Amino acid sequence: MRSEWRAPLLLTLAWRNLWRHTRRTLMILFAFALGVWSMIVIAAITRGSMEQQLDKSILNLTGHIQIHLAAFRDDPVIEHRFLPPPALSAALAGADVMTWVPRVRVPAVIASERESAGVTLVGIEPERERGLSFIPGAVTEGRYLEAPDDPGMLLGRKLAERLETGLGRRVVLMSQDVNNRVADRGFRVVGVFDTQPRQMEEAYVFIGRATAQQMLKLDDNITEVALMTTDRDHLEELLARLLVAVPALDVQPWTVLEPLLVLTRKITDVVLIIWYAIVFAAMSFGLINTLLMAVFERTREFGLFQSLGMRPAHILGQVLVESLILLALALAAGNLLAAATVYALRDGIDLTSVAEGMELVGVAPIIYPAWSAGDLAAANLLVFVLGLAASLYPAWRAARHVPVEAITRV
Amino acid sequence: MIMEHTVICRHVSKVYRQESVAVQALTDINLEIPKKDFACLSGPSGSGKSTLLNLIGGLDRPTGGEITVDGQRVDQLGKSELAALRLHKIGFVFQAYNLIPVLTAIENVEFVMQLQGMAAAERAVKAREILHEVGLDGLEYRRPGELSGGQQQRVAVARAIVSEPSLVLADEPTANLDSKTAENLMQLLAHMNQEHGVTFIFSTHDKLVMDFSRRLITLHDGSIVNDVRRE
Ligand SMILES: Nc1ncnc2c1ncn2[C@@H]1O[C@H](COP(=O)(O)OP(=O)(O)OP(=O)(O)O)[C@@H](O)[C@H]1O
Ligand SMILES: [Mg+2]
Repeated sequence: MRSEWRAPLLLTLAWRNLWRHTRRTLMILFAFALGVWSMIVIAAITRGSMEQQLDKSILNLTGHIQIHLAAFRDDPVIEHRFLPPPALSAALAGADVMTWVPRVRVPAVIASERESAGVTLVGIEPERERGLSFIPGAVTEGRYLEAPDDPGMLLGRKLAERLETGLGRRVVLMSQDVNNRVADRGFRVVGVFDTQPRQMEEAYVFIGRATAQQMLKLDDNITEVALMTTDRDHLEELLARLLVAVPALDVQPWTVLEPLLVLTRKITDVVLIIWYAIVFAAMSFGLINTLLMAVFERTREFGLFQSLGMRPAHILGQVLVESLILLALALAAGNLLAAATVYALRDGIDLTSVAEGMELVGVAPIIYPAWSAGDLAAANLLVFVLGLAASLYPAWRAARHVPVEAITRV
Repeated sequence: MIMEHTVICRHVSKVYRQESVAVQALTDINLEIPKKDFACLSGPSGSGKSTLLNLIGGLDRPTGGEITVDGQRVDQLGKSELAALRLHKIGFVFQAYNLIPVLTAIENVEFVMQLQGMAAAERAVKAREILHEVGLDGLEYRRPGELSGGQQQRVAVARAIVSEPSLVLADEPTANLDSKTAENLMQLLAHMNQEHGVTFIFSTHDKLVMDFSRRLITLHDGSIVNDVRRE
């Protein structure tokens, strides 16, 4: 079995056969390139929008990793406070940690002159929350907190409306201190924040970290550390390091804290696969048809090949090579088109005009398409491998025994 | 000395079945074609000439009997063995459409040698030589569509014999040619038979073509009715 001749022979034949019907070949190429293009571009837009939502959700006080006392996640109360050990700040000094913050997060009741409501009280370090949560950017009226011991309070727009209070007004915050006594304190509303989803505006009130500690007699205790890393999808190393540094504490990544986000991501994957499958099904239908047509037209030639002593496997290979060239060209064109499109959309797809409606389901008003190596590879591999698989049937038809009269009939 | 035979047919029969109708295309054919023979199958339309050639070439299977080509029992070979036999031992020339349309004359001639695994340089030399021999100098890079019928048949002949097969089967190779071109082609076949010692079996309706043969086998209703040597 010598093989050095085969590739060039099959290639020359396949290449020329492909261009026997230039228009037909160009049409199927165009259709395929369009299919590949739509696969990749839709994937990039969907993936981009999903990742943006994910990042936005992570800013909703989640962060990439949170550290608590083990019992806190099930029962987030003041009893489950802890004093951050020195080993923790040492472990968090690594280059993979962008920023981290201590927080006090406990249940509380807020009351205005007219109404009261149950909320979660969050004591923050105003400057260090930048880049870690939404709150520094969300104050639309008044001012942001200025220091950990800022005496003021940030109130969500919706809660302010419900309590019939507002900027500059006083409210009373009630909670439990470390001695199980009621701790209450009056605050002036120094800022009102707006955010999405709007339930957040009702759920949280923000005060300074030191102010909260003083009010609840916490001394230097906190209930939570949240941090941002350089890469939220590769946390294993950092998690392992923290586990060693603070074995007594409960260190959890966002994937555990927010299982819904992980589910969203999985659903995105499934949706994209379904999308790929639909596009591919349409494409393979066209491919099989085109190849079958080409094979039927050339029955006599395949018979000639047989009479010349070409083995059926070679004839099969010849049709597959034709299909392979077609697929490779289509993939190249599709990928190039997609790259150009995603490049053209690099400044985002502005949906602000329809944003009002979209925001309800949590889609950002500007979507930035995001390449994912996985999506790219999946689209290309799927088209290539399944494309070849789809070509097997026409190729097999070509390799079947051609009745002798088909060869000799004039 | 035992005569060496390229083709031996023993009690060969062929029945075509189409739906309920059976057509007896060949009945008890016994035939021996010695090496270097230049034999012509003649007979009226439907007498079984093509059927016999196709059976010998392994393009179709006999209903009964034995066919031996170059010592191999064609009727017993499997698909890939048949392919190999055709590739190495048998050249075909059909009435028309012998060539691969997307390949040039020289590529068509090289095709079989490529399948046989011959090195490119050797192939090219041989193909050029044989095209010269069949009188197609200067037309090497034309595609079949750019050649006349006679020129196409010459390319087919060149391809059939270039790898020096034991046997060339030509089913009405001149049927689509005018008589002058037909005569030229037959001269070429006779020349190839003598120069290269290749065994030829061809079929024809044409008296002029029959006259080139050294042996005239006449078929009628699927049987050999006459077999004369004319040397
Ligand atoms: N595939 C087939 N199916 C059914 N009958 C066939 C088939 N091929 C040939 N026959 C029949 O077998 C007989 C012999 O046919 P064949 O083609 O061998 O004759 P031929 O001598 O080559 O004729 P022609 O000179 O017209 O080419 C004819 O009766 C023909 O109708
Ligand atoms: Mg015939």
